[in-house]
This record gives sequence, structure tokens and C-alpha cells, in this order.
Amino acid sequence: MTSLSSRLKGRSELGIAALLGAAGALVLIDAARLVTPYSQSDPVGPKTVPIIVGALLLVSAVMLAVNVLRGGHGEAEAGEDVDLTHPSDWKTVLPLAGAFIANILLIDWAGWVISGTVLFWGSVWALGSRHYVRDGLISLALSLLTFYGFYLGLGIALPAGLLEGIL
Amino acid sequence: MDILSSLMGGFATALTPMNLLYALIGVILGTAVGVLPGIGPAMTVALLLPVTYVLEPTSAFIMFAGIYYGGMYGGSTTSILLNTPGESSSVVTAIEGNKMAKAGRAAQALATAAIGSFVAGTIGTTLLVVVTPIVVEFAVSLGSPSYFAIMMLALLAVTAVLGASRLRGCASLGLGLAIGLVGIDSVTGQRRLTFGQPLLADGLDIVVVAVAIFAVGEALWVAAHLRRTPLQIIPVGRPWMGKQDWKRSWKPWLRGTAFGFPFGALPAGGAEIPTFLSYVTEKRLSKHPEEFGKGAIEGVAGPEAANNAAAAGTLTPMLALGLPTNATAAVMLAAFTQFGIQPGPFLFANEGPLVWALIASLFIGNTLLLLVNLPLAPVWAKLLRLPRPYLYAGILFFATLGAYSVNLQAFDLMVLLVLGGLGFLMRRYGLPVLPLILGLILGPRVEGQLRKTLQLSAGDVSGLWSEPIAIIVYIIIALILLWPLLAKVLRRVRPRTAAPVAFAEAASAPAARDSVAAQGSVTAQGTSTTANGAPAAGTAADQESPATGTRHAADATPANHGQEKS
Repeated sequence: MTSLSSRLKGRSELGIAALLGAAGALVLIDAARLVTPYSQSDPVGPKTVPIIVGALLLVSAVMLAVNVLRGGHGEAEAGEDVDLTHPSDWKTVLPLAGAFIANILLIDWAGWVISGTVLFWGSVWALGSRHYVRDGLISLALSLLTFYGFYLGLGIALPAGLLEGIL
Repeated sequence: MDILSSLMGGFATALTPMNLLYALIGVILGTAVGVLPGIGPAMTVALLLPVTYVLEPTSAFIMFAGIYYGGMYGGSTTSILLNTPGESSSVVTAIEGNKMAKAGRAAQALATAAIGSFVAGTIGTTLLVVVTPIVVEFAVSLGSPSYFAIMMLALLAVTAVLGASRLRGCASLGLGLAIGLVGIDSVTGQRRLTFGQPLLADGLDIVVVAVAIFAVGEALWVAAHLRRTPLQIIPVGRPWMGKQDWKRSWKPWLRGTAFGFPFGALPAGGAEIPTFLSYVTEKRLSKHPEEFGKGAIEGVAGPEAANNAAAAGTLTPMLALGLPTNATAAVMLAAFTQFGIQPGPFLFANEGPLVWALIASLFIGNTLLLLVNLPLAPVWAKLLRLPRPYLYAGILFFATLGAYSVNLQAFDLMVLLVLGGLGFLMRRYGLPVLPLILGLILGPRVEGQLRKTLQLSAGDVSGLWSEPIAIIVYIIIALILLWPLLAKVLRRVRPRTAAPVAFAEAASAPAARDSVAAQGSVTAQGTSTTANGAPAAGTAADQESPATGTRHAADATPANHGQEKS
């Protein structure tokens, strides 16, 4: 047990292998469901490629698992603003995802101006800005600008939602 | 002369005041967005795609031409002034460029990058004009078997040749192909991977997927590792060059262009290999080799030119074959399809005026880039100081807006979040993004060609190699696949041949992505062997070997070759 847990420690990449395996299985199961009436005009049929793709995913999953267990690991991507010396900062990512989800839930009902403001303000807050009022004003301005910009400039009517009639 | 008159027609379309304005907007938007840290050219194009939907196709593509070159140039500004390049094609520029900037020569570094980009872009686009019709003429004669083979080669190339890990490239490709399967099968009308969800029947919008993987994934990834200490940004005035700088720059510009264009045009292209080769060449030919590593202007001029020429080269297979070879071209291909335009050999016949207007705008955009960017460089440098919370919140905001405005449905935003999460994981665990995007875009077309091929041969598998081009491509594919094995055997037989030297070269280069470049250059030599029919690998490596300088690390690196994480 201890040897197993010690082997699994720091191998979170196995989760990726599991994800690939699940995706492969999903593709194969879905492919099995398809019916292929043999026809002269389409000898390949709709099943062949999904089966190949599913198999590719499964093989990748197994090979990745083996590779990780043997000590291999993928290199995390670097970038201008990326500091890899500290571990993933979930206190930033989760609120950020929260702001994103809030936008999805609000956009059709409350409209873009409100949901976009929530999205931007929430994201800025999650990323560490604490100028509440200034951020709020910027968020509102951005949402309003894009709303009217898209409507007047591009002819795309973003949902007005609750503010219908006011905007 | 036919080409010339078509091109003139293109200029006539592109030079109307309205279209000129679109080109200018494209250049400014492209540069401004491209300069922002964390945003590469592919993300720039993906984020700005929705804006172009409401324009008519010609104006949209004129704007694209500006965005394309603008985004490229913006990236190099970032890497010179910040020294932490966001995309692999600017890695080499950053080596000398940032050293120059630190030594107080930022203005000259930016100037040689801008003018070099202009020179390379202009020559590259001219080559594009000359080469593409020839490729088209050749491509018209190709049937489904050859297309199938060429697309397989392209997929294999981005998966196995570029990138640090073949296995992870393969996994990424599989994910992209799977995403590409979603939707109604075009031949039998059956729903694949839709899970009874009617919104999935039309497949996932490529724009939504691209924005999710590039923009949302990147924003989440950076958020998890946000640098809390402010970066050192070097202030810069208006770029300019002295007489000496001109003298030292013009040859590297031309040589860089010569490296860049062919590599960009190959199905296994990309800008990493030519920029790296250009750097090594300039280091060897320079009269001031002692300056390399301390800010040699040749080390900026050559790779920057190579980068831009590769960008122009990439458009050749994109326009002539409908084959994207890098992420930016892939996103542009998505834009073409969005407008109902099918790139490929018949594009020039069917959409002649539009294509020539696009090509003319590449020339115009390139010139505007130079005119706009020299005076505006200090402004771009200020953009680098944008507080990070606003920058990444802005990326999420505009990604959402862009993805939502395509279909105006909240469902797309869920897809955006889920695939953004995937993009995050891919960055965390080193899965390359490019194979996914290419798999997504090429997957359905590969399947189409496969089915057409076997339809023509009435189910006989030999139909796959019924064309000579197809056979040649399969031989190249086999050689790429067998290359690690071949290299191992060669090394055992003659220990001092191609592979070890190439590795020594990579090991001595200060690039952060040694192993990638090495793998790339080895395989590049592998393909050139097949092209010339002569053992070019050995000679190419011999030619380059004097540039290596130090070979001490040679023994350590080859051990990695062919193994997983190198």
C-alpha cells in the first residue's frame, strides 16, 4: 500500500492518461452504436475512422501511463507571465472559473451588459486587483462599449436581458 | 503575365480607401493584440475572427492579412523587450534581442526586427505569388489518394517532428480528431458523439474550440502561475539603425528569408527550425562572433526574417492545397470555411479575385506594418505594462464575447469552459496544442478523402496507393517514422555522423528548447535526404559543425533521442 501510494505521488499526470483512456472508450462505444449498411458507394462507412481514433486514444493512454510510471513527465508550458516556481494557485483559478460560470448562467437571462460586467469584475478580482470601484467602472464601461459596438458596428445584437428597453 | 495582371487586379481591389482602412485596422489590431504578453499570433487571429464575420469576404481577408503579419511582429516586440517569449518561433529572437535591449540597443533591435520582417515578408510574399500557381497546377492533377497521403504526412509531421514528445503529440492529435468527429456524418447522416444533444449535431464550431484552447486555456494557465513580481521591461524610444547596423543586418535578412520560406511551405514546416538554423548560420558567418550571447544584431535580423518568411511560406500550402501547417494558418483556414470558401487547388479558379486581393493585401499590410510600427514602438512598449489582472480578465472577456457572438447561444460558452479546462491541462502536462487544432481541422477532411478514395476503388485497399505522388509521400512517412531507429543504427556503425553532430550543435546553442530544435533539425535533414536522394544528412551536419563551437555536451544528449521525454 505504502509503495503504491509512494509510486503514485507526484504522478498526477496519470490523470491525463485516464482522461485519454476515457475519451478513447467513449469514441469506441459511440462508434459501436452506429449502423453500417454496406454499400458500394461508401465502403469505409461512418464507423472506421472513429474506431481508428478511439484506438489511437487508448494506445496513447496506455503508453502515457507506462511512460509516467517509468518516470517521464510532460514539461509545463512557460510564458511571459508564467512563474513555474510556485505550484498551481487554485485560489486564483477557481474564482476565475466561477466568474466564467456566472457569466454563462446570467447571459441569456440578465443580458450581456450585466453578465459581462460580472465576468470582468470577477476575473479582475480573482487575479488579484483590489480597486473595487475603479474595476467596477471599467467592467461596466467595457460591457456597454462592446454591447453598443457590436450592435452598431457589427450588427450583432447581444442579449439585453433585464435591461431590455433601457439599452 | 497572367499572374501579374491578376495581382494587379488584386491591388486594385485592395487599394480602395475602404479596404485600405481595413488593412490598417488589421495591422494595428494585430500588432496591439500580438504585443500583449501571453497572446500569440494564432490567438490573435482566433480572437479577432468574429469581428470579421460581418464584413464581406474580401474586406475580411484584407483585414486578416494585416492581422496575420501584425500578430507576428507584435510577438517579436514582446520577446525583445521582455525576454520570455510566449511562442516557440520567437525563442531564438529573444536570445540576442533581449541582450541587445539590455545593453541599451532596444531601438536598434526593434528596428532590425521591423525592417527585417518587412524585407522577408515582401520577398516571401513575392515567392508566394510565384510558387503558389505552380503548386496549384500540380495540385489540380492530384486525386483523393494523394491528398489523403499528404494530409497524413502533415498530421504526422506536426505530431512526431515538432514538439518535444512524440507520445504527447500523439495524444493531443487523438483528442483533436475526436473533437472533429462530433456531429452528423456527412455521408450517411448518422450522428456521431452527439449524445442526443441537438446542439452538437452541427459539430463544434472551430472558432469556439480555437478560442477555448488558445485563449481560455492560456488565461487559466497563466492565472494558476501568475508571476507576482513585476517583470523588467526595457523602455524604448523610436527604433532606428546606424550605418553599421544596416551593414550588419542586410545579409542576415536575406539569408533568414532563404531559410524561412521553404520551411514554411513544407507540410512539416513551422518557424522553429528555420529560425534556429538562421541563428546558427549567422553565428558562424559573423565577423563579430564574440558578440553572440551578448546582443549581436545579426542574431536578431536573421531569425526575425526567417520567422516572417516562414509565415509567408505557410500560406502556400494553405492556399494551394488547403493544408495548414501551423496554428495561425489553421485558424485562418477555419475562417475560410466559415465564409463558405474551400481552400485548395480550385480556390484560384473559383475565388480568383478574392485570393489575389488577399495576396495584394499581404504586400500592403507588410508595408503598413513598417510605416505604423516604427513610430508606434514606444506605444507598444507601454502596452507591456498593462496590469496583469486587466490583461487576463480582458482575454477571458473578449474570448467569451467572440465565442458567444458566433451563434448567440450560452451552450457555446459551456463548450468554451470545458475545452478551456482541457487547454489548461494540456499546458500543465506538456501536451502540444498544435496537433489538436490540426487534427480538429484536418480530421474530417482526411476522412472525406479516405472514403472518396475507397469509393473510387470500390473498396479495394490498393486504391490508397494508386497514384505515384501518394507512394512517394508514404515513403517519406515511413522514413520519418523509422528515422529514430535509422539514426540509432547509423550512430552505432559510424559514431561520428549526422545525429550526434546535430545534437552537439543543439546542445551548444543557448536556446531553451534545445531538444525540440535538435529533434527538428535531425528530422529535417532526414526529409532532405529523401528529397535529394543523396545522403544529405551527413553533409548538412558537416557544414554546420564548425558553428557548434563547443561540443562538450554531445555525449549526454544523444541518449535521449528516440525516447519519450527528450
